[in-house]
Amino acid sequence: MNLKAETLSRIDEVITHYPVKRSATLPLLHLIQEDVGYIPEEAITWIADKLGLQPINVYEVVTFYPMFRRKPIGRRHIKVCRTLSCALLGGYKTCATFEKEFNTHCGEVSPDGEVTVEFVECLASCGTAPVVLIDDDLYEKVDEARAKQISDQIKAEAKTRKQAAS
Amino acid sequence: MPAPEQRRIIFQHIDEPGYSNDLACYVRHGGYEVLKKAVTRPPAELIDEVKKSGLRGRGGAGFPCGVKWGLVDRKSGKPIYLIVNADESEPGTFKDRYIIHQDPHQLIEGTMISCFANNVQQAYIYIRGEFPHGARILEKALAEARAAGFVGKNICGTNYSCDIFVHRGAGAYICGEETGLIESLEGKRANPRIKPPYFPAVLGLYQCPTIVNNVETLCHVKYIAEHGGEAFAKIGTPNNTGTRIFCVSGHVQRPGYYEFPAGTITMGQLLYEVCGGPLPGRKFKAVIPGGSSAKILRFGERFKGKRKVGADLVDYDWGVEDVPMDFDSLAMIGTMGGSGGVIVMDDSVNMVEALANINAFYSHESCGQCTPCREGSLWMKKITTRMVHGQARAEDAALLKGVADQIPGRTICAFGEACSWPTQSFLAKFGDEFKQYPETKKTKAADSRALV
Repeated sequence: MNLKAETLSRIDEVITHYPVKRSATLPLLHLIQEDVGYIPEEAITWIADKLGLQPINVYEVVTFYPMFRRKPIGRRHIKVCRTLSCALLGGYKTCATFEKEFNTHCGEVSPDGEVTVEFVECLASCGTAPVVLIDDDLYEKVDEARAKQISDQIKAEAKTRKQAAS
Repeated sequence: MPAPEQRRIIFQHIDEPGYSNDLACYVRHGGYEVLKKAVTRPPAELIDEVKKSGLRGRGGAGFPCGVKWGLVDRKSGKPIYLIVNADESEPGTFKDRYIIHQDPHQLIEGTMISCFANNVQQAYIYIRGEFPHGARILEKALAEARAAGFVGKNICGTNYSCDIFVHRGAGAYICGEETGLIESLEGKRANPRIKPPYFPAVLGLYQCPTIVNNVETLCHVKYIAEHGGEAFAKIGTPNNTGTRIFCVSGHVQRPGYYEFPAGTITMGQLLYEVCGGPLPGRKFKAVIPGGSSAKILRFGERFKGKRKVGADLVDYDWGVEDVPMDFDSLAMIGTMGGSGGVIVMDDSVNMVEALANINAFYSHESCGQCTPCREGSLWMKKITTRMVHGQARAEDAALLKGVADQIPGRTICAFGEACSWPTQSFLAKFGDEFKQYPETKKTKAADSRALV
């Protein structure tokens, strides 16, 4: 595993929070996913070694929790809430707008690699439906127009970044 | 009758201009004064205050907090753990989000008082994975509180020490179930444990006695420690004490969170006066009063029976609008107050489609260890989704009922009930719509709002 020094020190620190090392499984998966972008195969054996577990103990956790992913995603992660309160106010149209804007389907990386659009279950902000979580930031009352606006913004940022790189 | 005034105890500073989530601001507003006094009192006295207060857990079941604390095994010689259930995930519920993001020290103070009362030396805040900022805010707040001597070693200069750590979930609803949460905190799949023998109060985290309390509940404990159990019990109604936060979402003019003395507001007052009524040109059709697993109510239906008022039994004859929003009244009419998440649907909603949405949620979130729930929730989803997107048949209603009726009571945890109650109650209240759905579909506008 090629992890950043900061990740490694946070891993060592978080293990001390628990009297039983195994409890650090979820925190370690979060830290590695934040560092690498997803949970690669080698992370599972690495965590098992680190915590004195069998790889299956880690693997079964990775496959249980929806937030852990086994594959890389787009540069930005757009999670649209699918559950009832958001759907009642147009969540499905919000999701379709993002799919259309980035020419992609739910759960897939967009062809330009910029985003992964995903439908997720309740984000606990039902009073400001429909809501969208983009990376760590919550966007509220995202109707079709607002979804288009956010998409344009992400595209503009991508363009600026590409120009700066070339 | 006009709606009562809001009484904000827990949400006192939520959305207050200039109020920030740092320690300095909290201390400026009198923060941690209650903890300073609490640690000078005998712990048993604090537990007594909570018992006297009648405080009922705000996570969904409404179990009396004092009783929960009273069940803790204090003779085992093992450490006692306290876990803050900040896994807010019941669809329609969004109260803890604001406490965590805007007033984290209130939660930390309530937690520390509860830890001191129960002789806890290690507590964890289990926060749902979808609150990444919330987790960071809590970690920063804990670091501030630790530096100021309110968390960690020798709290407020006493011999008492207790640390609190933040533990992030990763998107699984079942972690809100307390034994599933404990499994998750132990680093495993969140498969709930069978009770008996695994009552957390005796065999919880690391097989030690463990208290699991909701975020809002612990904030109420802070108020109780400050003002006393009797003062708390005077707010609200007997058996439904203190304030209650309602999270209203869906088809109302002013969705949001509202805090009222428990049992003093009716559904009608809440939806029409406080939330401004239905959207223009619409009428209320149905409401789910306590998070998406609570049984649905149909506007127009009536509830009759006898209820206790003081020592007397009196007749009641309520429409949905007349029902007081407390645990007992809602239970009396066959639903529940649950987590306070009120989801409102107007006459634009087709109930088959709304149920299909809910069923997709529960089938996604079943942990999978009990067959009736894993298979049943999946079949209910498949049937309702097929009705909407494929072929709908007149006999689907009976088929759905057949599946739903075989789940509750046959599973390790209450998820079995949670996933079958929507189907059972939608069919009981809106059976006509399910039977008519094959016809309804033929005339449905192509661009109508999708719910599944």
